[in-house]
Amino acid sequence: MSESGRRLMQGNEAVVEASLVAGCRFFAGYPITPSTEIAELLASRLPQVGGRFIQMEDEIASMGAAIGASLAGTKAMTATSGPGFSLKQENLGFAALTEVPVVVVDVQRMGPSTGMPTAPSQGDIMQARWGTHGDHPIVALCPASVGETYAATIRAFNISEALRVPVVLLLDEVIGHMREGVAMADAQNVEIIDRKGPSVSPSEFLPYADDGTMVPEMAAFGEGYRHHVTGLFHDETGFPDMSAAVAKSLMQRIMGKLDAHRHVYEWTEARDTEEAEVLLVTFGSPAQAARSAINRAQREGMKVGEFRLITLWPFPEKALREAATGARAVIVPEMNLGQLRLEVERVMGCATPVYGINRTDGDIFKPDEIYQGIVEVYSG
Amino acid sequence: MSSSEVRAEDPVVVDRHLCKACGICIAFCPKSVLGADGDGIAIVERPDECIRCRMCEFRCPDFAIVVRSEEDE
Amino acid sequence: MNTHLRKYFRQEHLPHIWCPGCGNGIVTAAILRALDRLGWEKDRTVFVSGIGCSSRAPGYLDFNTLHTTHGRALVFATGVKVAHPNLNVVVITGDGDASAIGGNHLIHAARRNIDITTICFNNSIYGMTGGQYSPLSPTDSVASTAPFGNTDRSFDLCRLVEAAGASYVARGTTYHVTPLTKLIERGFEKRGFSFVEAITACPVYFGRRNKMRTPVEMLEWQKDAAVPITRAQKMDPEELAGKFVIGTFVDIDMPEYTESYERLLREHASDRGGG
Repeated sequence: MSESGRRLMQGNEAVVEASLVAGCRFFAGYPITPSTEIAELLASRLPQVGGRFIQMEDEIASMGAAIGASLAGTKAMTATSGPGFSLKQENLGFAALTEVPVVVVDVQRMGPSTGMPTAPSQGDIMQARWGTHGDHPIVALCPASVGETYAATIRAFNISEALRVPVVLLLDEVIGHMREGVAMADAQNVEIIDRKGPSVSPSEFLPYADDGTMVPEMAAFGEGYRHHVTGLFHDETGFPDMSAAVAKSLMQRIMGKLDAHRHVYEWTEARDTEEAEVLLVTFGSPAQAARSAINRAQREGMKVGEFRLITLWPFPEKALREAATGARAVIVPEMNLGQLRLEVERVMGCATPVYGINRTDGDIFKPDEIYQGIVEVYSG
Repeated sequence: MSSSEVRAEDPVVVDRHLCKACGICIAFCPKSVLGADGDGIAIVERPDECIRCRMCEFRCPDFAIVVRSEEDE
Repeated sequence: MNTHLRKYFRQEHLPHIWCPGCGNGIVTAAILRALDRLGWEKDRTVFVSGIGCSSRAPGYLDFNTLHTTHGRALVFATGVKVAHPNLNVVVITGDGDASAIGGNHLIHAARRNIDITTICFNNSIYGMTGGQYSPLSPTDSVASTAPFGNTDRSFDLCRLVEAAGASYVARGTTYHVTPLTKLIERGFEKRGFSFVEAITACPVYFGRRNKMRTPVEMLEWQKDAAVPITRAQKMDPEELAGKFVIGTFVDIDMPEYTESYERLLREHASDRGGG
């Protein structure tokens, strides 16, 4: 990248620049607030690096085209917001089952429905995990700043390529449109992971065989490894097989590959958790207001810690449990009615109460309201 | 030999493994070369009448028929 | 197995899943004969399909094959073609897949005039789910969801694709299999979006409910109801009632999407540093 250095940019622009560093050379999209800048910028940036941009007729088409490009051997991305994310779900499930690397950016806005298109939200947390039908593997990252968005975008591609899994990059309207100085990466100094290609000849190639890593080798269309890709359950040859034994082993492998490679995608940050009596579990842009509230509480002598999730799914269960050891209460501030709190409660069990601080009015958190929440729980 | 076996001299070869006995080839053969065995599978009944138009082959939904060219014989 | 086409099949997956007398195999073989004449390489050719009976065809073909979601074959195919313009991309779809759930994608693929050949296997019914009426089921025909006759009007899909801007549009039948093969071959050759509607028989779910009890009767119907375009042009609408027109409707040269984009890439590649 010739443009390493520091630049003032929006979160949406950080996604664009980082995706190019990560090797993205295909983008299919559809205009939607507040993610549109990603499409607009890539429409001019991709041709400059020999990549291809296409504006499709709808969100469903954008998701399908990105998967098609990835199958042809090109790193691919699409970007959207709530209503579009809903439409992408079926093809997202196709990518999960057929193990096609693809990155989907969801710049969250207030829903449901058309909702409040320019208002931030974290209302798609559960949709990112369970939006498509059936049990399926998926990874979701949720950065808390523009700079972190840049890093998370590169990581999203790396995870997707390394594990052959769709990765959802969850921004929110605040992150998408906020401007910050970002340290741009130098392509030579960043780890870029590419999918592993076939290690055998075409006649020996089995497109869904487990080579011991649970992540099959992947051949691109046109490389001489003619194979079949289907959204039906399939055996290691890639052809449909509806037998119970094949279905079971396929499901075990595609879910198991995430369990087996937790280090590839798990990304959390613990701060002052050892002594903490009250632990805040934070993610996304509210983490910034939460940080300032925690600092104030600590200055006033409260033993408050922070456990911040960048990886939301698969949920960093063990890391949370460790961070929460000793805490008598947990607080989850989020711009929804408590979606991640459900998951935190599940992990904490009955022993530790989990409280939510929630906003669903389209406004952002002020540090003071989180501070008030901390005081209430701390003294309660 | 049974009527369903392939004879070396037959102009039309039917793959019994693939044929699903739909009857299309039999009905539309312009020279009534083909008939059906007890299972409805196409068999060559009048090989000498075959004009090698290949319509049976082209209209076979099961990829089961091949018409030999004269050079094949 | 037809010795001539043998090399194009994944023979271990035959016999196919289609019912006795289903015309899908006839269209599939016509596709193979057409690409064989053009000498298309298996490694350089991608078949993409949606969901339905016809969309199972790629699974039997020894090419790069992609069996996608219902109605969406064209969007996956667009991604493949834009990312890799040197590949031959063929979409196999059915009447419900292409005209109902996937109708918007068909319009826009034609509008872009992207170099994809789409073969629509039109059997007038949703066969995989057991015989519900599709947008191409004739008015008054009987289906499991139209037990008293179909009150919908049916679509002329070729006219839709023509209006949307495709370079090549044609219709054939499995009865007229030799001309059908030529239409498909011409569609393959064409730079731009090509659409060939192949009228094919579903004897089990369409025929039996609509007074065509056997596969043979269904082919007889194709023979009788098809009117070549040259003859149709001299007929008035009343004479054409209950019939359909076959032949080539559009065969013109227009800018093709990926070529236009490649030109843009050449012109703007050095606008601003690398990535």
